[in-house]
Amino acid sequence: MTEAEVIKIINDSMVEEFELDPEAMVPEAQLVNDLEMDSLDFVDLVIVLQNAFDVKLRDDPNVREIRTLGDLHTLILNKKKQLEAEELK
Amino acid sequence: MSRRRVVITGIGAVSPFGAGVECLWEHLVAGDSAVRVIPKMTHLGGLRSSVAATVPDIDVSIIPRKKRRFMSPMSMYSCLAALEAIQMSDLSEGQVKDRMTGLCLASTTGSSAESEAFFSELNQTGSIENVKSTMFFKTMNHSCAANTAQALGIRGRIVSPSAACASGTLAVGLAYETIAAGHQDIMFCGGADEHHILATAVFDIMHAASCDFNSEPQQTPRPFDVHRDGVVCAEGAGVLILEEWGHAKKRNANILAEVTGFATLSSPEDLANPDSQTMIECMNGAMAQAGISNAEVDYVNAHATATIQGDIAEAQAIRAVFGKQAPVSSLKGHIGHTMAASGALELVACIQMMHYDKLIPTRNLETPDPECDGITFVRSVQEVPSRTVLKNSFALGGINSTIVIRRE
Repeated sequence: MTEAEVIKIINDSMVEEFELDPEAMVPEAQLVNDLEMDSLDFVDLVIVLQNAFDVKLRDDPNVREIRTLGDLHTLILNKKKQLEAEELK
Repeated sequence: MSRRRVVITGIGAVSPFGAGVECLWEHLVAGDSAVRVIPKMTHLGGLRSSVAATVPDIDVSIIPRKKRRFMSPMSMYSCLAALEAIQMSDLSEGQVKDRMTGLCLASTTGSSAESEAFFSELNQTGSIENVKSTMFFKTMNHSCAANTAQALGIRGRIVSPSAACASGTLAVGLAYETIAAGHQDIMFCGGADEHHILATAVFDIMHAASCDFNSEPQQTPRPFDVHRDGVVCAEGAGVLILEEWGHAKKRNANILAEVTGFATLSSPEDLANPDSQTMIECMNGAMAQAGISNAEVDYVNAHATATIQGDIAEAQAIRAVFGKQAPVSSLKGHIGHTMAASGALELVACIQMMHYDKLIPTRNLETPDPECDGITFVRSVQEVPSRTVLKNSFALGGINSTIVIRRE
């Protein structure tokens, strides 16, 4: 899966789950201030992404550091890289 | 203690025919049936009934996502019905959000579908990791009341009186008493439910669900008919706005009707079987509070769900109270039994009957059961003005409720 494909899955999943405007899905978009997501949305976001990418995020402390959509893209891309590296080992 | 007068200034409906009071009314006048075969009910072991009356796809996008995410269908139905009622009542945002405006809304249970999904996930994965944050808010018993209140911005009292099939009527009655006693000036009230196979299964297990009309679903349910074979479960919401008479007059609100009497009595002899004597006393109690005699009731809207025992018990009670004097019909033949919504949704239909000077007959009543004899059935749409209407709701659990409304 390419980086662009990963980002597309993240954005599409969020647009569907949280009824977001696709035009608003830019990397610099603040999840709270721009996309108007709240703490319960974050809980559900984790579930949506865990299911989409088969990764564990629920207890990952890095999730709490996410501020922008770009931060989220980076986190998932890093997670996927970690997983791929572990699979290679 | 003197009671304040209470009037109805707004009504809203989501019925198995679709969204809106006019939609419900047009289909009732046309004599339509909303009963269908539900495919997922046709192959469940032991479930003999395959029919239900479910709400068609309706647009719920008017409810903001952050409110809607906590809602199962029943809360969306009640919210839409409440919004329709607000529009009809012409209440301002300030009036809706006043501390003297409350809400009394009932459902029989929280969302069974959500509970089922939670336990399915748990059974399949052994984990709660994939359970979304909003699940609990759909399963809690007061989900419907809480969600609707949140969506509307209600800041007065919230009450959620669950009483099975009498829930809707009980909610309207309690809201009426709340205003009459001076605790609130305005109350949103009524009931809502969403269909789940659990409801049909409950009646089927007790041999009280309609099972003989799966190949011709629109022929059932058949209240008071000799060939009736039980309940057809349904879903929807009915919401009324009740308002203190002086409050409504002061703002020149359009008064649809006045609630003049309410009674609710328990029959502790049997949890599952109806009791005619309690029904009689319940109807008499509501009329006594309204200060009227049986001769002043122009129409009786029966609970009559098409069970063998329930219809006979209610017919006997109506016969004892009214004889052949008051015309009687049940709306279950058109829309099935909408459970907690039924009392309020059918009261909405009664208000329409008063407004349009029509009486709606019992659909599918072709040959009255001789055991239901001695009362006057409405057999076709009648162009008859009605000034005073009595509405019954009788529930499993021995809960009986009757409301009397009067056109101004």
